Amino acid sequence: MAKPDNFYFFIDPNRCIGCQSCLHACTECDTHRGESMIHLEYVDRAASVQTVPVVCMHCEQPTCAEVCPADAIKRTADGIVQSARKPRCIACGNCVVACPFGVPELYEDRKIMMKCDMCYDRTSVGKKPMCATVCPSQALFFGTKEEIEQLRPLSAPVNQFQFGAQTITTQVYMMAPRAVATRAPYVDVTAAMSDHATSRAVTLKVIPAATGGATERLSDDPFAGVEV
Amino acid sequence: MTEHIYLRRRERESMTTAPDRSPEDQQPAWREDFPIDWPQDQYVERRDFMKFLVLTSVALAVGQFWIVGENWLRRRRGLPPVRRVASLSEIPPGASLVFQYPGELDNCVLVRLSERDLVAYSQKCTHLSCAVIPEPEHGVLHCPCHEGYFDLRSGVPTAGPPRRPLPRITLEVRRQDIYATGVEMRTT
Repeated sequence: MAKPDNFYFFIDPNRCIGCQSCLHACTECDTHRGESMIHLEYVDRAASVQTVPVVCMHCEQPTCAEVCPADAIKRTADGIVQSARKPRCIACGNCVVACPFGVPELYEDRKIMMKCDMCYDRTSVGKKPMCATVCPSQALFFGTKEEIEQLRPLSAPVNQFQFGAQTITTQVYMMAPRAVATRAPYVDVTAAMSDHATSRAVTLKVIPAATGGATERLSDDPFAGVEV
Repeated sequence: MTEHIYLRRRERESMTTAPDRSPEDQQPAWREDFPIDWPQDQYVERRDFMKFLVLTSVALAVGQFWIVGENWLRRRRGLPPVRRVASLSEIPPGASLVFQYPGELDNCVLVRLSERDLVAYSQKCTHLSCAVIPEPEHGVLHCPCHEGYFDLRSGVPTAGPPRRPLPRITLEVRRQDIYATGVEMRTT
């Protein structure tokens, strides 16, 4: 069994509201044994309430597997980088230090590394990962590329990240504003670290009362076609 | 426009892309032995499998000759010598004594069960060669490593992991002295 080829994972940090649903849903996935593998990070907590969910990006060149001295981290043919193989993992923590996204977690008590594996028990049978099923704002989205294009016309997926001299191509896509994504097809993470959140005024447009009533407005719901 | 990023950059069965993105033939040889991808990690070449088969068969055959040689050497060595262990007055009934027989490093244990009964066994537990401890008050020999128990009168295992009885040392009493006269290897 493998993850269907036409399904992709999209992260849209713009939409994240920091509700922590994903954290709690993650603990219910059977492959993690009751531990939450997702990280919900505050970008700049002093200045902003913006949060970012961090799941495993499933790299083309997984740094965690490259540095593993025990040859314990393996990637299945569908591109999912799996948790450490239990008989091989020596709980050295190399992967925890090496991962540019900070995904792997070391469990000292049971002497093993565990990481997000895109809920392999679910995705390998065609279901969505737990976090993507519960995310109320769909900041974590699992679906086809046609779906994401229809739902997020202003954003475009990016899957290349620059960490200093290391370029990483990932299986998981980060949604960026379309104009930005066309200009720079990769995210320069090191440069972004010196960025500061800019305050901005949020204005809500007042929509005149619709003539058709509530039913018509409901049909505009962009999530109407989203199956969770 | 964004279609290209969905393209699969890597063939399913291809070798893992190295971090420096250089081609396969420029990679060090160990990359082939420690692939990151599961299919290659699980893959066993026919040649490797044949090597394993041949080497294991050779090792098993050599092992048979080894056993034959060991048997032959043991038979050449002949019977173990008769050796005085202790005098009867040294051990009262219920006491035990550790002695070396037939070699200097072969610890054995002698137990005087009653006025007339003497037993002696090799002290090596038949499970993993720990030293067994006689407990005459319970009528057993106890191996503390894995909680193995042997019957004190016969040396057969009664509980725990050991399955074979302890080798018995045959004893003889001549004029108030105890002599060890042989080792009785047993399988049941």
